[in-house]
Amino acid sequence: MTVTAVHKDLDACTLTVSAEFDHPVERVWQLWADPRQLERWWGPPMWPATFTAHSLAVGEMCRYHMTGPDGEQSHGWWRVRTVDAPVLLEVEDGFAGPDGEPNPAMPTTGMQVTLAPRAGGGTSVAIVSTLASADDLVRMAEMGMEEGLKLAMGQMDAILAE
Amino acid sequence: MVVDEAPNADLVFHALADATRRDILAVATQEELSVSGLARRYPMSVTAVQKHVAVLEKAHLVTRRRHGREQLVRAVPDGLAAARNALDQLTSLWRGRLDRMAALLDNPDTGGTR
Repeated sequence: MTVTAVHKDLDACTLTVSAEFDHPVERVWQLWADPRQLERWWGPPMWPATFTAHSLAVGEMCRYHMTGPDGEQSHGWWRVRTVDAPVLLEVEDGFAGPDGEPNPAMPTTGMQVTLAPRAGGGTSVAIVSTLASADDLVRMAEMGMEEGLKLAMGQMDAILAE
Repeated sequence: MVVDEAPNADLVFHALADATRRDILAVATQEELSVSGLARRYPMSVTAVQKHVAVLEKAHLVTRRRHGREQLVRAVPDGLAAARNALDQLTSLWRGRLDRMAALLDNPDTGGTR
Protein backbone atom coordinates (compact mmCIF):
# COMPACT_ATOMS: atom_id res chain seq x y z
CA MET A 1 0.00 0.00 0.00
CA THR A 2 1.23 3.45 -0.89
CA VAL A 3 -0.36 6.73 0.16
CA THR A 4 -0.21 8.60 -3.15
CA ALA A 5 -1.68 11.96 -2.13
CA VAL A 6 -2.92 13.88 0.88
CA HIS A 7 -4.93 16.99 0.12
CA LYS A 8 -6.04 19.24 2.97
CA ASP A 9 -8.49 22.01 2.17
CA LEU A 10 -9.11 24.26 5.15
CA ASP A 11 -11.67 26.43 3.37
CA ALA A 12 -13.82 23.49 2.37
CA CYS A 13 -13.01 21.57 5.60
CA THR A 14 -12.17 18.48 3.62
CA LEU A 15 -9.38 15.95 3.70
CA THR A 16 -8.71 13.72 0.72
CA VAL A 17 -6.35 10.78 1.17
CA SER A 18 -5.49 8.70 -1.88
CA ALA A 19 -3.75 5.35 -1.76
CA GLU A 20 -2.96 2.38 -3.94
CA PHE A 21 -3.33 -1.27 -3.00
CA ASP A 22 -2.02 -4.31 -4.85
CA HIS A 23 -5.30 -6.17 -4.33
CA PRO A 24 -8.29 -6.11 -6.68
CA VAL A 25 -11.25 -3.76 -6.15
CA GLU A 26 -13.59 -6.54 -4.97
CA ARG A 27 -11.10 -7.56 -2.28
CA VAL A 28 -10.55 -3.99 -1.02
CA TRP A 29 -14.33 -3.41 -0.96
CA GLN A 30 -14.62 -6.32 1.49
CA LEU A 31 -12.63 -4.28 4.03
CA TRP A 32 -15.72 -2.06 4.26
CA ALA A 33 -18.48 -4.52 3.42
CA ASP A 34 -17.49 -7.26 5.87
CA PRO A 35 -17.94 -5.94 9.43
CA ARG A 36 -15.44 -8.47 10.83
CA GLN A 37 -12.75 -7.07 8.52
CA LEU A 38 -13.89 -3.48 9.02
CA GLU A 39 -13.50 -3.69 12.77
CA ARG A 40 -9.88 -4.78 12.38
CA TRP A 41 -8.85 -1.47 10.84
CA TRP A 42 -11.42 1.16 11.83
CA GLY A 43 -10.27 1.68 15.40
CA PRO A 44 -6.69 2.41 16.44
CA PRO A 45 -4.74 -0.51 17.96
CA MET A 46 -5.55 0.49 21.54
CA TRP A 47 -9.19 1.21 20.65
CA PRO A 48 -10.45 -1.74 18.56
CA ALA A 49 -13.89 -1.30 17.02
CA THR A 50 -16.86 -3.62 17.26
CA PHE A 51 -19.70 -3.18 14.77
CA THR A 52 -22.95 -4.26 16.39
CA ALA A 53 -25.07 -3.30 13.36
CA HIS A 54 -23.76 -3.17 9.80
CA SER A 55 -25.63 -3.06 6.52
CA LEU A 56 -24.36 -1.13 3.51
CA ALA A 57 -27.75 -0.21 2.08
CA VAL A 58 -28.90 3.38 1.57
CA GLY A 59 -30.55 4.78 4.69
CA GLU A 60 -29.29 2.03 7.00
CA MET A 61 -27.69 2.84 10.34
CA CYS A 62 -24.48 1.01 11.19
CA ARG A 63 -23.52 1.10 14.85
CA TYR A 64 -20.15 0.55 16.44
CA HIS A 65 -18.20 1.11 19.58
CA MET A 66 -14.51 1.30 20.25
CA THR A 67 -13.10 -0.14 23.44
CA GLY A 68 -10.18 1.61 25.12
CA PRO A 69 -7.32 0.14 27.13
CA ASP A 70 -9.21 0.52 30.42
CA GLY A 71 -12.40 -0.98 29.04
CA GLU A 72 -14.05 2.40 28.44
CA GLN A 73 -16.27 2.53 25.37
CA SER A 74 -16.77 5.21 22.76
CA HIS A 75 -19.87 4.78 20.61
CA GLY A 76 -20.35 5.84 17.01
CA TRP A 77 -22.60 5.33 14.04
CA TRP A 78 -22.70 5.52 10.27
CA ARG A 79 -25.71 6.45 8.20
CA VAL A 80 -25.33 5.05 4.70
CA ARG A 81 -25.92 7.74 2.09
CA THR A 82 -24.82 6.18 -1.21
CA VAL A 83 -23.71 2.70 -2.19
CA ASP A 84 -22.48 1.46 -5.55
CA ALA A 85 -20.66 -1.76 -4.72
CA PRO A 86 -17.78 -2.30 -5.13
CA VAL A 87 -16.67 1.20 -6.16
CA LEU A 88 -18.49 3.85 -4.11
CA LEU A 89 -19.60 4.26 -0.51
CA GLU A 90 -20.77 7.43 1.19
CA VAL A 91 -21.68 7.49 4.85
CA GLU A 92 -22.18 10.05 7.57
CA ASP A 93 -20.08 9.12 10.60
CA GLY A 94 -21.01 10.47 14.01
CA PHE A 95 -20.57 10.17 17.74
CA ALA A 96 -23.14 8.40 19.88
CA GLY A 97 -23.98 8.44 23.55
CA PRO A 98 -23.40 5.47 25.88
CA ASP A 99 -26.80 4.11 24.74
CA GLY A 100 -25.49 3.97 21.16
CA GLU A 101 -27.94 6.62 19.96
CA PRO A 102 -26.55 9.50 17.85
CA ASN A 103 -25.46 12.50 19.88
CA PRO A 104 -27.06 15.47 18.08
CA ALA A 105 -24.79 17.92 19.89
CA MET A 106 -21.68 16.48 18.23
CA PRO A 107 -20.45 17.18 14.69
CA THR A 108 -20.65 14.49 12.05
CA THR A 109 -18.15 13.68 9.31
CA GLY A 110 -19.10 12.92 5.73
CA MET A 111 -16.97 10.07 4.40
CA GLN A 112 -16.81 9.19 0.73
CA VAL A 113 -14.83 6.17 -0.43
CA THR A 114 -14.13 5.63 -4.12
CA LEU A 115 -12.38 2.52 -5.42
CA ALA A 116 -11.05 2.22 -8.96
CA PRO A 117 -9.10 -0.56 -10.68
CA ARG A 118 -5.53 0.34 -11.60
CA ALA A 119 -4.08 -0.45 -14.97
CA GLY A 120 -1.96 -3.54 -14.47
CA GLY A 121 -3.87 -4.68 -11.38
CA GLY A 122 -4.59 -3.38 -7.93
CA THR A 123 -6.88 -0.66 -6.66
CA SER A 124 -6.78 3.11 -6.27
CA VAL A 125 -8.63 4.33 -3.20
CA ALA A 126 -9.71 7.90 -2.51
CA ILE A 127 -11.22 8.75 0.86
CA VAL A 128 -12.78 12.20 1.28
CA SER A 129 -13.71 13.37 4.77
CA THR A 130 -15.89 16.48 4.99
CA LEU A 131 -16.84 18.53 8.04
CA ALA A 132 -19.55 21.18 8.00
CA SER A 133 -17.31 23.94 9.39
CA ALA A 134 -13.86 24.64 10.77
CA ASP A 135 -15.46 24.70 14.22
CA ASP A 136 -16.86 21.19 13.69
CA LEU A 137 -13.47 20.07 12.45
CA VAL A 138 -11.79 21.25 15.65
CA ARG A 139 -14.50 19.76 17.89
CA MET A 140 -14.31 16.43 16.10
CA ALA A 141 -10.54 16.33 16.59
CA GLU A 142 -10.82 17.34 20.25
CA MET A 143 -13.35 14.58 20.84
CA GLY A 144 -11.09 12.08 19.11
CA MET A 145 -8.20 13.22 21.26
CA GLU A 146 -10.20 12.77 24.46
CA GLU A 147 -10.85 9.23 23.39
CA GLY A 148 -7.18 8.53 23.13
CA LEU A 149 -7.18 8.20 19.38
CA LYS A 150 -4.24 10.48 18.96
CA LEU A 151 -2.21 8.71 21.61
CA ALA A 152 -2.88 5.43 19.90
CA MET A 153 -1.45 6.63 16.59
CA GLY A 154 2.14 6.27 17.72
CA GLN A 155 1.54 2.70 18.75
CA MET A 156 0.57 1.68 15.25
CA ASP A 157 4.02 0.74 14.06
CA ALA A 158 4.69 -1.47 17.06
CA ILE A 159 1.47 -3.39 16.48
CA LEU A 160 2.07 -3.76 12.77
CA ALA A 161 5.61 -4.97 13.39
CA GLU A 162 4.40 -7.87 15.55
CA MET B 1 -6.41 27.85 1.36
CA VAL B 2 -4.83 24.56 0.47
CA VAL B 3 -2.11 23.01 2.57
CA ASP B 4 -0.28 19.97 1.34
CA GLU B 5 2.55 19.90 3.81
CA ALA B 6 1.72 19.45 7.48
CA PRO B 7 3.70 21.58 9.91
CA ASN B 8 5.34 19.39 12.48
CA ALA B 9 6.19 20.12 16.06
CA ASP B 10 9.92 20.33 15.28
CA LEU B 11 9.32 23.21 12.87
CA VAL B 12 7.15 25.04 15.40
CA PHE B 13 9.63 24.61 18.26
CA HIS B 14 12.53 25.60 16.04
CA ALA B 15 10.64 28.71 14.93
CA LEU B 16 9.85 29.71 18.51
CA ALA B 17 13.35 28.99 19.83
CA ASP B 18 14.61 32.40 18.67
CA ALA B 19 13.81 35.64 20.55
CA THR B 20 13.59 37.75 17.38
CA ARG B 21 11.16 35.32 15.78
CA ARG B 22 9.03 35.27 18.93
CA ASP B 23 8.96 39.06 18.82
CA ILE B 24 8.06 39.13 15.12
CA LEU B 25 5.23 36.69 15.84
CA ALA B 26 3.96 38.82 18.73
CA VAL B 27 4.01 41.95 16.57
CA ALA B 28 2.39 40.14 13.61
CA THR B 29 -0.43 39.04 15.89
CA GLN B 30 -1.33 42.69 16.53
CA GLU B 31 -1.05 44.06 13.00
CA GLU B 32 0.00 43.21 9.49
CA LEU B 33 3.54 44.49 8.96
CA SER B 34 5.85 44.79 5.99
CA VAL B 35 9.17 42.97 6.01
CA SER B 36 10.97 46.31 5.54
CA GLY B 37 8.99 47.74 8.47
CA LEU B 38 10.07 44.78 10.60
CA ALA B 39 13.67 45.31 9.53
CA ARG B 40 13.56 48.82 10.99
CA ARG B 41 12.52 47.40 14.36
CA TYR B 42 15.52 45.12 14.66
CA PRO B 43 19.23 45.78 14.20
CA MET B 44 19.40 43.56 11.17
CA SER B 45 19.10 43.59 7.38
CA VAL B 46 15.89 43.05 5.41
CA THR B 47 17.39 39.77 4.21
CA ALA B 48 17.94 38.59 7.78
CA VAL B 49 14.36 39.49 8.72
CA GLN B 50 13.13 37.70 5.61
CA LYS B 51 14.93 34.56 6.74
CA HIS B 52 13.26 34.75 10.17
CA VAL B 53 9.86 35.28 8.56
CA ALA B 54 10.47 32.30 6.26
CA VAL B 55 11.13 30.08 9.30
CA LEU B 56 7.87 31.26 10.93
CA GLU B 57 6.03 30.74 7.66
CA LYS B 58 7.36 27.19 7.28
CA ALA B 59 5.98 26.42 10.75
CA HIS B 60 2.62 27.85 9.61
CA LEU B 61 2.77 30.53 12.32
CA VAL B 62 2.61 33.48 9.91
CA THR B 63 1.49 34.06 6.34
CA ARG B 64 3.10 36.35 3.83
CA ARG B 65 1.35 38.22 1.02
CA ARG B 66 2.56 40.59 -1.61
CA HIS B 67 1.20 44.15 -1.64
CA GLY B 68 2.80 46.25 -4.35
CA ARG B 69 6.51 46.16 -3.67
CA GLU B 70 6.01 45.18 -0.06
CA GLN B 71 5.71 41.78 1.54
CA LEU B 72 3.16 41.86 4.37
CA VAL B 73 3.42 39.46 7.29
CA ARG B 74 0.55 38.44 9.53
CA ALA B 75 0.21 35.82 12.27
CA VAL B 76 -2.02 32.86 11.53
CA PRO B 77 -5.05 33.16 13.83
CA ASP B 78 -5.37 30.55 16.60
CA GLY B 79 -8.64 29.24 15.22
CA LEU B 80 -7.07 28.59 11.85
CA ALA B 81 -4.12 26.87 13.50
CA ALA B 82 -6.53 24.69 15.48
CA ALA B 83 -8.41 23.74 12.31
CA ARG B 84 -5.11 22.92 10.62
CA ASN B 85 -4.09 20.73 13.54
CA ALA B 86 -7.44 18.99 13.39
CA LEU B 87 -6.92 18.22 9.69
CA ASP B 88 -3.44 16.91 10.50
CA GLN B 89 -4.92 14.67 13.16
CA LEU B 90 -7.55 13.36 10.76
CA THR B 91 -4.75 12.67 8.29
CA SER B 92 -2.86 10.63 10.90
CA LEU B 93 -6.04 8.70 11.64
CA TRP B 94 -6.49 7.77 7.97
CA ARG B 95 -2.82 6.95 7.45
CA GLY B 96 -3.13 4.53 10.36
CA ARG B 97 -6.31 3.04 8.98
CA LEU B 98 -4.76 2.57 5.54
CA ASP B 99 -1.73 0.89 7.12
CA ARG B 100 -4.02 -1.51 8.97
CA MET B 101 -6.05 -2.18 5.79
CA ALA B 102 -2.82 -3.08 3.99
CA ALA B 103 -1.70 -5.35 6.83
CA LEU B 104 -5.08 -7.05 6.81
CA LEU B 105 -5.01 -7.57 3.03
CA ASP B 106 -1.49 -8.99 3.19
CA ASN B 107 -2.11 -11.14 6.27
CA PRO B 108 -5.83 -11.92 6.64
CA ASP B 109 -5.18 -13.97 9.78
CA THR B 110 -2.91 -11.65 11.71
CA GLY B 111 -3.01 -8.16 10.12
CA GLY B 112 -4.84 -5.13 11.48
CA THR B 113 -6.18 -4.57 14.97
CA ARG B 114 -6.73 -7.80 16.88
